[in-house]
Amino acid sequence: MKIIFKVNLQERTYDGDPFKRLLDVLREDFGLTGTKEGCGEGECGACTILLDGQPVNSCLIPVCQAEGRGVETVESLGLPEKLSSLQKAFLEEGGAQCGLCTPGMLLSAAAHLRSGGRTDERSIRQAIGGNLCRCTGYQHIVKSIRKAAKKPRRTKSGVCISVKQMLKRDRKQILKECSQKSTRCASRSSAV
Amino acid sequence: MFPKEHSLRFAQLGGMRGDPFGMKVLRPAGPAEAVRLYSQNPEALPLAGGTDLMVAWNSGRLNSRTMLDLSRLKEWRGIEATQDGVRIGPLATHCEIESHPAILKRLPLLAEACSSVGAVQIRHRGTIGGNIANASPAGDSFPALAVYEAFVHTVSQEGRRSLPILELFAGVKKTALKPGELIERIDVRFPAEPPDRQVLRKVGSRQAQTLSKTVGAGLLWLGRGGVVLELRFAFGSVAPTVKRLKAVEAAVNGRKLTAELIERACALLAEDISPIDDIRSTRQYRMVVSRNILRAFLAGA
Amino acid sequence: MGAVGTNAIRLEGAEKLCGRTKFIDDYTFEDCLYGVTLRAAIPYGRVKRISLDPNFPWDECTVVTAKDIPGKNFIAAIENDQPALVEENVLHPMQALLLVAHPSRQKAYEALGRIEVEYEELEPVLTIEDSLALKAVLREPDNVFKDVRIDKGDITSGFAAADVVVEGEYRLPHQEQAYIEPNGMAAWLEKDGALIAAGSMQCPYYVHKALLHVLGLPAEKVRVIQAATGGAFGGKEDYPSMLAAHAALLAWKSKRPVKVIYDRLEDMASTTKRHPALIRHRTGVTRDGRLSAQDIEVLFDGGAYSTMSPVVLTRGAIHASGAYACPNVRIRAKAVATNSPPNGAFRGFGVPQTMFAAELHMDRIAEALRMDPLELRRRNVLKEGSSTATGQVLRRSVGACDVLEACAKKGRYAKKVKECAAWNRKAKNATWRGAGLALAYHGGGFTGGGEDFYASRAGVALEADGAIRVLSASTEMGQGASTVFAQIAADALGVPFGWVSVQTPDTAKVPNSGPTVASRTTMIVGRLVERAARRLKAELEEASGRIPKTRPLWLKAARKFLAGRGRREIISQYERPPGIHWDDKACRGDAYGAFAYAAALVELEVDKTTYEVRVRKVVTAHEIGRAVHPLFAEGQIIGGIAQGLGYALCENAVYKRGVMQNPHFTDYIIPTALDVPPMEVLILEKPYDYGAFGSKGLGELPMDVPAPAAAAALRQATGKWFFDLPILPEKICKALHEDHI
Repeated sequence: MKIIFKVNLQERTYDGDPFKRLLDVLREDFGLTGTKEGCGEGECGACTILLDGQPVNSCLIPVCQAEGRGVETVESLGLPEKLSSLQKAFLEEGGAQCGLCTPGMLLSAAAHLRSGGRTDERSIRQAIGGNLCRCTGYQHIVKSIRKAAKKPRRTKSGVCISVKQMLKRDRKQILKECSQKSTRCASRSSAV
Repeated sequence: MFPKEHSLRFAQLGGMRGDPFGMKVLRPAGPAEAVRLYSQNPEALPLAGGTDLMVAWNSGRLNSRTMLDLSRLKEWRGIEATQDGVRIGPLATHCEIESHPAILKRLPLLAEACSSVGAVQIRHRGTIGGNIANASPAGDSFPALAVYEAFVHTVSQEGRRSLPILELFAGVKKTALKPGELIERIDVRFPAEPPDRQVLRKVGSRQAQTLSKTVGAGLLWLGRGGVVLELRFAFGSVAPTVKRLKAVEAAVNGRKLTAELIERACALLAEDISPIDDIRSTRQYRMVVSRNILRAFLAGA
Repeated sequence: MGAVGTNAIRLEGAEKLCGRTKFIDDYTFEDCLYGVTLRAAIPYGRVKRISLDPNFPWDECTVVTAKDIPGKNFIAAIENDQPALVEENVLHPMQALLLVAHPSRQKAYEALGRIEVEYEELEPVLTIEDSLALKAVLREPDNVFKDVRIDKGDITSGFAAADVVVEGEYRLPHQEQAYIEPNGMAAWLEKDGALIAAGSMQCPYYVHKALLHVLGLPAEKVRVIQAATGGAFGGKEDYPSMLAAHAALLAWKSKRPVKVIYDRLEDMASTTKRHPALIRHRTGVTRDGRLSAQDIEVLFDGGAYSTMSPVVLTRGAIHASGAYACPNVRIRAKAVATNSPPNGAFRGFGVPQTMFAAELHMDRIAEALRMDPLELRRRNVLKEGSSTATGQVLRRSVGACDVLEACAKKGRYAKKVKECAAWNRKAKNATWRGAGLALAYHGGGFTGGGEDFYASRAGVALEADGAIRVLSASTEMGQGASTVFAQIAADALGVPFGWVSVQTPDTAKVPNSGPTVASRTTMIVGRLVERAARRLKAELEEASGRIPKTRPLWLKAARKFLAGRGRREIISQYERPPGIHWDDKACRGDAYGAFAYAAALVELEVDKTTYEVRVRKVVTAHEIGRAVHPLFAEGQIIGGIAQGLGYALCENAVYKRGVMQNPHFTDYIIPTALDVPPMEVLILEKPYDYGAFGSKGLGELPMDVPAPAAAAALRQATGKWFFDLPILPEKICKALHEDHI
């Protein structure tokens, strides 16, 4: 069965079993291994992706349900040499330790901030309530997200833009670059 | 919960997953097609948001090789507010329900119950119809639906039915739905008068991403002199299905809420619910805590 | 400005944040098979027959049983008692009997379902008590893996001098490490016949050693590479050796790459947990609050095989008296065999168990004396010149008193206790509140002569292209080891942090710096890196004067220095600090080079309606010698405290006949972001002369304090003592409703 949907703004076609988990399709068929499996039961959030902008557990979605929709994975957020402001904040504030929960955590945080969610401590903790982390005790993650939300950013014209706009802007820039590199990403696999 | 019968068997099958190879997925584009396909394929398993079904699938516990994917049914999404209630499409997600203005205003217990489900990832996917059809004893929205006396409308090739929510549940993970029958709408009427007291209390194992050990929903209307005009109270997770507290309600309706009456009502709780010991909690805890919730509510604490 | 003491940017951070970091399941191998494991499913007995369904296409599979093992059938550890695959005797239900590999993961599992195993079942031994009563002898002669006896002074005279004697019994449960990346390993054969195993692990050389024995290969024919490791906490210390053996056996037989990746269920059910424990204290104390005698019994459930139990027990026992100076101490400790999966390393390594008992017992003593728990601790706390239970005299870098006072002051302990008491007097409040304090110490590095015995090696290399590379087998698993090593090497060499890179652990490329455990990485291995880098600096200075400050000049100097020899590698080896003596037989002497110290104040409240516990705040002070990377140190502390709170309040591994009944995140409850309270962390520094840049061990320490502090806080909140973990709402409910239902 052919299923067409967008992954990181690029149209992709999957041809195979319609009931394969979206998580497996992303990892195995598209080589996007940034999305992780931590539990396979929608409990840990390591496989969090954005489906039409909303955070969801990709281990609980058969690929057929992604048809015609837009998927975003951690690969869309930034590049090592060009991190988004959210990623930068994680790097500076110790928001990532082992890195396994990180992709899902970033996507939950990004969705929350982009949708204009509140940035007080409790709201941030609620937004990542479905992402288990065993390393950090969450405090540095919360701090990172709040820092990203707060960061005053100026555009070229010197006008402050909202967090929401800013994240969208980051995203578009990155996605452009990412789509150029993603082919290389996907083909780069094999031996350690 | 980990099925007991699997406790040793799983050791051999750990890692077993549903096999997507050869799975048949029926993907109707509209309700009529869904009903037709389901009647032609009664062995198919209806799939909405997948938050329960896919967990079972991932652990290899589902045998069905045919799925009826309802996710393309636009007609069954959405929430329609009318003069005296809401009509909720079965594919409305918990997120949509918890943030719907009319529900927030007039059916706040339902909004709160939906917001207590899982975490945001689950609430974006999990649907109310899927949740009801799955009939878990721990369905977090059921006590609220029970005290609001929601009606579930179903459709099949044989026609349509309308059932009070409590009649839909037949046991642990069992419903009164017949083969080929799908939920097409959930109707919830606004209470004619706003209640004088209301409560939604979910008790889980942690603050987020948790299944309930007990979950209670209550509405109370008081008349002159503190006489109870009407009490509606329901608990989930403390019986095979969600339970309205018939004995408790009967004992207090029409009477003045004295300390003595409250204690009597609390004592009657044991007639209404039948909690058990399981991996998640104990019978004692569920009983004591449910009673505490009821007592605090009646006492206006 | 140097890098040590600054919050250098995590070396692998940007890759991790972009989802580029490759964990073992992220690699694909051409022609790869998926390996799966058939487990015993009975706790105790004998395999009579294994039969394969003749109607299954077995020719598509590679099947490995104990008979296929080319080398020896054991997983090398302290003792070599644990087989890689069952030959006949089953000692626990998760024991591997047979392995299957197939190109399709699904088919491989299907194959497992087509295997019939006939057993002769025996009545299992499932508790410490039954094991000691020799209900069955699982291990000759007495079911005891290790017996530790520590004696100091004379407890008889100590009890005679006591005004009050306080007794207590404490029970600790299994705890699951719950790293978010499950265990996984891949193995394949190279053209030259060498076997490579790559995966998630803490100890590449443990895996290496295990593979040599199982495959019967010479050392140079086995190579072990660490893939990115998604958390470990001790849970990837010894089990990866088993997993690698399984993957390697399948690869060996099939001649194809094999991946064995556990899912959450298999990981939780099969791999090691924190040892359940039963601990008894009998303490003599004078009326003015001086400990005069401590008589302590420690019993650990080791599970079916020895694995790490002897050393976990020893560490637990050594710390069992708490961070106090008592002149008369007797500790009797045993790790015993049961028919459950072997318990192993988990952050703290036996200490969270014994420290819980020791600390909560201090609170009981304080209550018996009607003394403030802080004051009782003050009067007995270890100071410079104090001696520990093993007779180790603490000379420098003793921060016990400092952390206790700093924590109490920062957390306003006395005020908090009063506020909670006032809160609890108001019947209208919906909660009961409590505040509890705990103190702990934790030895850094291997116990006793362990570091001497291991003689770890690590170093730095100056590569032909001028790159500086740290060489060690110590793994990055989130704690920040790589970054910290780069900081240490940079400062020791006198070059900017950005010039240093760290070699991914690979037994073909790095020396054996020992396992990444025991809070030893920064303190011990970091010290080796520091020494090697200082030597390289001296050599460079000798060759070309001062170390250049700019990159071009550095490259020029490096080229000149390396002229004609390719690269320069300097490896240093562990040297025992002077004045350290340890008698392993008597368990006396300097058990550790240095201890680090921590105190925590936990404030919590209990809902009167639901008995749910909400931790409101944690204030903690840690004295760790030197924080090489303050942000990472804080991250370790907050993360460790969160795990400790989970241990105390919600993590409940339920076992039935040796099988974990809740091996998944739905029912094994670890804290979410909403459960972990805000924490205030104070880091104190009293440098230790023989740790890298003054550092002491940190990784495990934070795990030791939250549980006893939480239990003490619950005592104030509910008026009840809780001596068993986890203290679930159900337990609180039961304690408060003993008379009802």
